[in-house]
Amino acid sequence: MIADLGFAAILIALLVALYAAIASVYGAQKDDARWAESGRNAIAIIFPLLLLASGLLISLLLRNDFSVRYVANVTSTEMPTYLKITALWGGQAGSLLFWNLLLSGFTAAAMLRKWDDQRELMPYAILVASITQIFFLALVVFVENPFARSAVIPAEGQGLNPLLRHPGMIIHPPMLYLGFTGFTIPYAFAMAALITGKLDDGWIRTTRRWTLVAWLFLSLGLILGGRWAYDVLGWGGYWAWDPVENASFIPWLAGTAFLHSVMIQEKRNMFKVWNMVLVVLTYLLVIYGTFIVRSGVISSVHSFAQSAVGPLFFGFLGIMLVFSAYWLLRRRDELASPNQLESLFSREAAFLFNNFVFLGILFATFWGTNYPIISELFTGERVTVGPPFYNSVNGPLFLILLLLMGVAPLTMWYRSSLKRIGMAARWPALGALGGVAIAFTIGVQSWGALLGLWVIAFSFILTVLEFWKGTRARMNRGESAWSAFSNLMGRNRRRYGGYWIHLGVLVMAFGIVGSYFFQQETQIRLQEGETARLGNYEMTFNGVRQFPGPDDLLIKEADLAISYNGNYVRDLTPRTELYTRTGQPMTIPSTRSTISEDFYVIMVSWENITATAATFRLYLNPLINWVWGGGFIFIFGTLIAAWPDPVEEKVSAATRARRRVRTQPAA
Amino acid sequence: MRFFATGTILLLVVLFLLLPAGPAAAQEPVTDDEVNEIARELYCPVCENTPLDVCPTQACEDWRAEIRAQLSQGKSKNEIHQYFVERYGAKVLATPPQEGFNLIAWILPIGAVVIGAIFFGRYLKGLQEEKDLDETADSAQSTAPTPPPAATEDKYLSQVEKEVREG
Repeated sequence: MIADLGFAAILIALLVALYAAIASVYGAQKDDARWAESGRNAIAIIFPLLLLASGLLISLLLRNDFSVRYVANVTSTEMPTYLKITALWGGQAGSLLFWNLLLSGFTAAAMLRKWDDQRELMPYAILVASITQIFFLALVVFVENPFARSAVIPAEGQGLNPLLRHPGMIIHPPMLYLGFTGFTIPYAFAMAALITGKLDDGWIRTTRRWTLVAWLFLSLGLILGGRWAYDVLGWGGYWAWDPVENASFIPWLAGTAFLHSVMIQEKRNMFKVWNMVLVVLTYLLVIYGTFIVRSGVISSVHSFAQSAVGPLFFGFLGIMLVFSAYWLLRRRDELASPNQLESLFSREAAFLFNNFVFLGILFATFWGTNYPIISELFTGERVTVGPPFYNSVNGPLFLILLLLMGVAPLTMWYRSSLKRIGMAARWPALGALGGVAIAFTIGVQSWGALLGLWVIAFSFILTVLEFWKGTRARMNRGESAWSAFSNLMGRNRRRYGGYWIHLGVLVMAFGIVGSYFFQQETQIRLQEGETARLGNYEMTFNGVRQFPGPDDLLIKEADLAISYNGNYVRDLTPRTELYTRTGQPMTIPSTRSTISEDFYVIMVSWENITATAATFRLYLNPLINWVWGGGFIFIFGTLIAAWPDPVEEKVSAATRARRRVRTQPAA
Repeated sequence: MRFFATGTILLLVVLFLLLPAGPAAAQEPVTDDEVNEIARELYCPVCENTPLDVCPTQACEDWRAEIRAQLSQGKSKNEIHQYFVERYGAKVLATPPQEGFNLIAWILPIGAVVIGAIFFGRYLKGLQEEKDLDETADSAQSTAPTPPPAATEDKYLSQVEKEVREG
């Protein structure tokens, strides 16, 4: 009964989405506001319908109603309640429903906010957003129905994939999905601007705001994913260039390039075609990323079960590519800019250079991710493209980006003199060299690491100086230090939010350099009472306890006494968990975290015949907590930049009012 | 001359002492770290995209035992990698081998960035030349609006100061 109601809700949602697309375009063509508004109302109804469907699916999951196939696939009776709820996005069908829900929420929010503002764009934005919605709804209605019945009702469900049974499940997938679905909105407005030919600054403002929102969530999803991997995957790292990690990183790169280049358009009214291309590219890469994750064409630790959705995704991707390319080509001339690049040493040139490097990383990552398919196609042999490939190709490009991060804010719009940039960069460069010298004397010998550290320190000093210069300028006008600093940020949120993001990235880069170049590890078999050493750490093995956990879990937990420089600090308890029904093992590391390093231990195996010996893998991950700390600063900066700016809102409201007055007599 | 001769001999002695006792090491039991050193650059064929040194499955445990056995026979890292490639195909390697068709995997992204850089440079130069042409035209007519002056020392900062005055 509940399942039938749920299916009815998604079916109605699909029909409503079709109606919304038709009604809004009809309204726009006939210039009839009532049809357009009816289309808007229709698209706003999809969200509550899907909320109902998701609520019903959650209630089925909570009731262990195994007559529904999806429920039997992703839950079991004894699973904790929070995992039963998160099982909504724990499998293919449910997560597609969840995807639909988030997309409809974004669309409703975008269309209801400022409807009057963008009246001409809205109907077509609704059309484009609902095309995406229709595709994803059709997938859940016709192909991957989460409410489908089991042929035979099993007595017990299979339970959620053990890798997903983690508190990270509550937040990492929703953030990633919010990021992915969110990029549909800027795409919808960009396409609406192309279709209507209204290519003034209206669409770019809306697009930038929504891109920033989607980008915030995607960034959060990526950072949280790294943390989750570090906590459960048990290989001492946080990023493996796995195809599915890449699938969410690639659209992030395109979105980041757009957020930078959009500033050239706002300041100088240039590169409009390029900005359109980036918005379109980001959206297509989101769809492509979803395709990779869900079709199983590229193997990954994240893959969903093999599914028939692959070819459908591929077809949809092709249609949207042709659709976007057609309108871009048609409006190419209208997008051309009368302005020119004044100098190669200008802010606009710096942004272009930034875009070039971002797209370089994007291309290399895209190529590496897809190369296994290409190789199989041409040679019949599958190959692996692992981290060494990405590190060697992308590493230098990232270094250039970090360098630009420091230098670009020194440039001016139109043109700036090389000499002035040199003057401003001279002392920070020397200061950074001093920092590197210190690193060298305490034993950092790797050239790669020293170069990385220099660039990071250099750009960090320059970014901090930007804050200092602005604050001092306000203090010269009589403000106290604190109010000068906070007013500076309050009045220029995008600029200083951006600098905070840069600082966050630099802190993360510091952590990445430390943990990439200086990770130490060892694996050793210990008898009870024996001690192992790594770095300044000693670890004594005091035996293993075995006990049952919740559901079908069997837990084996090692008891380790850790001392640092000969002094006892604490016990660590790495464990292995065995899901006895499926026989799937999990290794849960145990970590001593400090600001300078993590001591990270995994129990590799325990021979319980003799019960007195176990094998451990020990990692020393220097500076790894800087990666997470930098992540916090990064998100803080994004929030500053994305927060609605009262001044900007007032200004744009005033321009709108003026424009309305101007256009009224004509209309 | 004598100084150099003694120096050279001394250097050779030092170098000899520094040489790792390579062949002798094979006599000692193989440590887990030595096995992992080799396993790290191999990929498990069963569980996709998991390096062999961290993969917990039985198949991978057997593979690590194989590596250990070959190490104790004194085989080198390359020989062991080769053994696995012959048996299970190139996908056990962490990166595509740098030979034959697979060279494309490496050359293409680097080539694309280089070619992209050339085109990007030309494009920027083109924009510049267009501008120079315009400027000559401008000065000839001398009616066109002058481009904004090159920013003086911190236009932005003086704007910040202005904001404070106003608000």
